[in-house]
Amino acid sequence: MLMSNRVAAQAVRDEQLVSLVNAGVYRDGRWLVRGVDLSIKRGEVVTLIGPNGAGKSTTAKMVTGVLKQDEGSVTRSSHMRIGYVPQKLAIDWTMPLSVRRLMRLTGSLSDADLLDALGATGIRHLVDSEVRHLSGGEFQRALLARAIARKPDLMVLDEPVQGVDFAGESALYDLIRSIRTSTGCGILMISHDLHMVMAGTDTVICLNGHVCCRGTPDTVSQSADYLKLFGNTRSLAVYSHHHDHTHLPDGRVMHGDGSITDHCHPDDGHHHGHDHGHHNDHDRDHPVHDHPGHDHHGHTHHHAATEDRQDNHA
Amino acid sequence: MLDDFFVRALIAGIGVALTAGPLGCFVVWRRMAYFGDTMAHSALLGVALSLFFEVNLLLSVFGIAVVVSLLLLGLQRKQSLSADALLGILSHSALAIGLVLVAFMTWVRIDLIAFLFGDILAVTPADIALIWGGGALVVTALAFLWRPLIASTVSEDLAEAEGMKPAQARLFFMLLMALVIAIAMKIVGIMLITSMLIIPAATARRFSASPEVMAVLASLIGVLAVVGGLFGSLHYDTPSGPSIVVAALLLFILSLLPAAGRKTSGRAGSKGV
Repeated sequence: MLMSNRVAAQAVRDEQLVSLVNAGVYRDGRWLVRGVDLSIKRGEVVTLIGPNGAGKSTTAKMVTGVLKQDEGSVTRSSHMRIGYVPQKLAIDWTMPLSVRRLMRLTGSLSDADLLDALGATGIRHLVDSEVRHLSGGEFQRALLARAIARKPDLMVLDEPVQGVDFAGESALYDLIRSIRTSTGCGILMISHDLHMVMAGTDTVICLNGHVCCRGTPDTVSQSADYLKLFGNTRSLAVYSHHHDHTHLPDGRVMHGDGSITDHCHPDDGHHHGHDHGHHNDHDRDHPVHDHPGHDHHGHTHHHAATEDRQDNHA
Repeated sequence: MLDDFFVRALIAGIGVALTAGPLGCFVVWRRMAYFGDTMAHSALLGVALSLFFEVNLLLSVFGIAVVVSLLLLGLQRKQSLSADALLGILSHSALAIGLVLVAFMTWVRIDLIAFLFGDILAVTPADIALIWGGGALVVTALAFLWRPLIASTVSEDLAEAEGMKPAQARLFFMLLMALVIAIAMKIVGIMLITSMLIIPAATARRFSASPEVMAVLASLIGVLAVVGGLFGSLHYDTPSGPSIVVAALLLFILSLLPAAGRKTSGRAGSKGV
């Protein structure tokens, strides 16, 4: 009896919510992203990282079905309930919208659940405020609360803590982690914050127009080295990594060996056994990633979080 | 009672105002004012074609409005020109082609002014039945589409991801818009239809705390404008369609007065902090 329950529980946990196989999106003469293999199970947190324009949001949109793939396949579990926090959301101020109304945007919700979710993200007191009067951070909290309140099977969070203050950020990440534990939903997250990537993620996928590398950060997050490096100094904890090729301004791709092609290849940059600690030399005008090594200890900090943040908004 | 042309005009105008209110809110929220204008201008082409092929006027106007809006969506997808420029091209060429076609048909006598600026005092009981029947259809459909439409107005991506089918909602919305243009044409005329959609909605904004309240208020403000405009036109012997629009404008200006706006903005401000 106990055994069969366990087996059943295991089966539920292993349920594949969504899986992408060699998926890519082609728009306006170029591949926004291609060759993406990715699957999310119930209770699993998958995090996408990568530089601007790497295709993180595009990948998230393939997962949610907002964008249809132009190659490869996307399989979604039937009747899957998605909670989505998009990267950008501009509400025309002419629409009068309170936080309470925003919470019920795509489905009905009891007052108790609504207030609980807002309480969890720390803005219960703003329930009757107009959305356009919220600050950027408060608005992100409202969006996250809305996604949580849906009790989704899969949450897709595209930079969910952008604009949230420092202390709030880690509290929200804790919250996201606790929701995964308590509800068993799957989570796909886009984050620029290595701290979160390290602490709460099952799989990290690094994108740079295609899957660059992937792996589990588990071992790292428990090591003393990790705590020393990331425990208290998250302001400096910026992921960095090497890319073996460069996307030129005209959309062509320069590879590590100096050759130039029109698109990147799906098998570009699959560094084997390289699960974290990437190195990204953010040379803004002409980034060159010609680094061959797998530097497992060298979490060198090429730029502070504040700078990374500006990057995001640029 | 329906024997009196003025009473008929009132009933017809109120029917149009009630329908235009909620629809107009979406036009404002989705920034589709120019889009509405384009569909309205294409109505004259619909009138001309209906005369030429001797088909039902309403059907022809509705059909052309749908075709023009689909054409617009198709062209937008190609992204060769900005939506703004495309609207300008379609809007004015539809109007011009309509005018040219009408001029070609020397055998029909048509009162252009009535089509362009409305002829509310000439509505028949049949027109009233059409306006109220069509209006009820539009409002019912809007009620069913309400959540997907609001959700996709806030964010198409979000609505799509969470299963709201925004593309389908958008298509239905365009059909409803075409229908409203077809039934409202006789009341305020092709040139002024969009004002019946936009001005009451814009006036309602200041006094509304939710999209639902704004939709209802827009309807009521539209009714006020129709009643005020019609009585004004009777009193001052002015054209009825433009008089209704002027009345709507006056209400809008009233709503801008500081005393009227302070109540809502003050409350929102104190809660927002």
